[in-house]
Amino acid sequence: METLGFLMDGFAVALQPENLMFALLGAFLGTLIGALPGLGPANGVAILIPLAFTLGLRPETALIMLTAVYAGAMYGGRISSILLNIPGDEPAMMTCLDGYPMARKGKAAEALAISAVASFMGSLIATIGLILLAPILARFALTFGPAEYFALFLLAFATLGGITGKNPMKTVVAACIGLMIATVGIDNTGVQRFTFGALELYEGVDFIIAIVGLFAISELLFFIEDKAGGGKEKMQVNKLKLSFADLRAIMPSCFRGGFLGFIAGVLPGAGASLGSFIGYTLEKKMVGKKGYFGEGDPRGVAGPEAGNNGASSGALVPMLTLGVPGSGTTAVLLALLISMNITPGPLMFTQNADIVWGVIAALLIGNFLLLVLNIPLVGIFVKLLSVPPRYLLPIVTMIAFVGIYSISNTTFDLYFMVAFGVAGYIFRKLEIPLVPIILGLLLGPEMEKNLRHALDLADGDWSVLWESGLAIGLWVFAGLGLILPYILGPLLRRRMGKAMEEGPTAD
Amino acid sequence: MNIKKYLTLVAATSFSLSALAWEPSGKVECIAPADPGGGWDFTCRSVGNVMEELDIVPGNVQTLNMAGAGGGVAFAHTVSKRAGEEQVLVAASTATTTRLAQGQFPGMNAEMVNWIGALGADYGVIAVAQNSPYQDLPALMEALKEDPRSVKFAGGSAKGGWDHLKVLIAARAADVESLPRIPYLSYNNGGEAMTQVVGGHVDAFTGDITEVQGFLESGDLRVLAVLSEERLPGQYADIPTAREQGIDALGPNWRGFYMPADIPAETRDYWINSLDRIYTSEEWQAVMTQNGLMPFHMSAAEFENFVQEQIQSIADLSREIGLIR
Repeated sequence: METLGFLMDGFAVALQPENLMFALLGAFLGTLIGALPGLGPANGVAILIPLAFTLGLRPETALIMLTAVYAGAMYGGRISSILLNIPGDEPAMMTCLDGYPMARKGKAAEALAISAVASFMGSLIATIGLILLAPILARFALTFGPAEYFALFLLAFATLGGITGKNPMKTVVAACIGLMIATVGIDNTGVQRFTFGALELYEGVDFIIAIVGLFAISELLFFIEDKAGGGKEKMQVNKLKLSFADLRAIMPSCFRGGFLGFIAGVLPGAGASLGSFIGYTLEKKMVGKKGYFGEGDPRGVAGPEAGNNGASSGALVPMLTLGVPGSGTTAVLLALLISMNITPGPLMFTQNADIVWGVIAALLIGNFLLLVLNIPLVGIFVKLLSVPPRYLLPIVTMIAFVGIYSISNTTFDLYFMVAFGVAGYIFRKLEIPLVPIILGLLLGPEMEKNLRHALDLADGDWSVLWESGLAIGLWVFAGLGLILPYILGPLLRRRMGKAMEEGPTAD
Repeated sequence: MNIKKYLTLVAATSFSLSALAWEPSGKVECIAPADPGGGWDFTCRSVGNVMEELDIVPGNVQTLNMAGAGGGVAFAHTVSKRAGEEQVLVAASTATTTRLAQGQFPGMNAEMVNWIGALGADYGVIAVAQNSPYQDLPALMEALKEDPRSVKFAGGSAKGGWDHLKVLIAARAADVESLPRIPYLSYNNGGEAMTQVVGGHVDAFTGDITEVQGFLESGDLRVLAVLSEERLPGQYADIPTAREQGIDALGPNWRGFYMPADIPAETRDYWINSLDRIYTSEEWQAVMTQNGLMPFHMSAAEFENFVQEQIQSIADLSREIGLIR
């Protein structure tokens, strides 16, 4: 019942007019960015981080806004999936399968509405799960010593590629690049590493700069490369005709998808792609021959949508309680928390209770806002989608520059951000995923520190790393996480590919 | 003659009056050498507010966050780009003197800026988990004397940083030998370090009194000693000082300001007097109580000397543990 009281306090924070306003703004911008083909939630949050700094928001307001962006981007992802058959990001892929056929049958509005309702249900279920599970996990986190934390970080890295990752080797390469960048700066014994006497490098590379550079600036470079930008398919949305019976028919799918998605999200590394995939396949199994999956079955939209939104909220659980993000977007949110001097972990629930519960409440409110926002406003989003990127991207770039400059007031950071942008462009050309780089950068110093601490405490005895049962368990999971993608990955991807039939046109 | 003398006197007085009456006009900046949300940021913003309330500044005080190198970027900026500017204050604390003492701001030293004053302090504490066998500071120190590696400390600063130094200051005062062998684990902040102590993974916590408040109230943490001259007021009155336990160790983490070099004496005096006024004001006293800041005030020459002495003693200690040569 204590939890309920905290949640009420959280609502008090989230419902302040200013916070509510920024939640609405975040939800709107998030939906917009998520709807742009190719831009997923991780990019969305990364692009809008500088906005929070530009506006000089207080920590809880900034977090609430960016959580709303996160939720909004998950929502927006399906607009382009359904209307254009171009998923905004990987988790939205499964929505194409039945969403696009529905749109072609002239039921675009219904598909969008169903996915909005399913997203809402998925998030709602997962947020309730988060509320129930997070405090328990936070208490459990006290039993984590340095050795256990080290194993946990290993687990996070091992499962990074995830079951759906394209090329596990490239994921490892990316994580190593991130870890290497993380070694820059003064280490915790006071020795300088790769600082070349530059004061700006003493504290290492600021991950916010890296994130904005890698995601936002490289996006701009990609745009410059294919100046085309204009030639988009015309999108048509019909008038909405959705009965209560239709909604009731998809409810079971929503519940199943949301629940499974949440579990998939809590597991580090698995993330939203797995959530939506499980959501879809389960629906197909459950409904069986009675459905017409792949040809525009509403349940084929509801299942994966609930699944991917469930997973995205579920991914907040390990991030908030242990400081280990379960997905790319939560990694970006973690970076934001750290840069605001808030350390995720068990203490956050006591020391920054107002912020944690404010964010959780904001998630609930944000989802409600999105539901209200999306059904009537879908036409506007579709219109906004036709705004050529040549207007949109310069604005994004401007916000990025102003935002980064306002953090530390040095031009050094701006050069750095541009350098990261160029690097991000090259990595994307080489199909090296960016999220593991960020995770390496973010978790590298922590992992190193915990290893040092563990050895310090044990007077240099390495066996301390696998002494406790908890640590052994984590090592075993890490081992599985590293091996399974090689066995299960191709299998799953083949199935996913078979299900896609036409396959998405974008990467 | 008399009249002429009188006139010169009037002229001189009015001249000196106008000189004394230097007042800031336009923008006043306070540089916080860290990201928003930290201690320096707090110093700038809260002092800035009080300055506005007391009409010490004409408009408002703009806080400029300039993170990097633990304050080194801001220090270098103040030395190289702000010399002679009369309306720039830079937040500082014991972390600043620690880094200066250890030569972590390369090519720079404390004489390159004007030290204006300090407006309060957070005192160091040494604490253990509730179920720890150590009941007081001497018991802990006895254990260290027998085996310097027997008690492991966790703190929020880097190795050689202020939290680490507090352990060494106390250990040296208790005549513990081989200080470099005492294990110190550094965490990102006091909170993380405390969690590890409460969770039973590390033996003792070193930090500041404001950091332990939460765990002190919940009873998870037992503070063995506070490193202040006298017992602290209010809710902390039950905590014994190290001194009264026979260990003469002090660890104030003061909060104060420095200004760029080459500023006129009257400008410097204006800011020194202003800090004195702020310290005695009701508004600032309220801020101090609210944020757990303890009485600690110095300004002008006294503060300058204090800073030099602190740097000297930290340098000695750092040399002793082999952190600097």
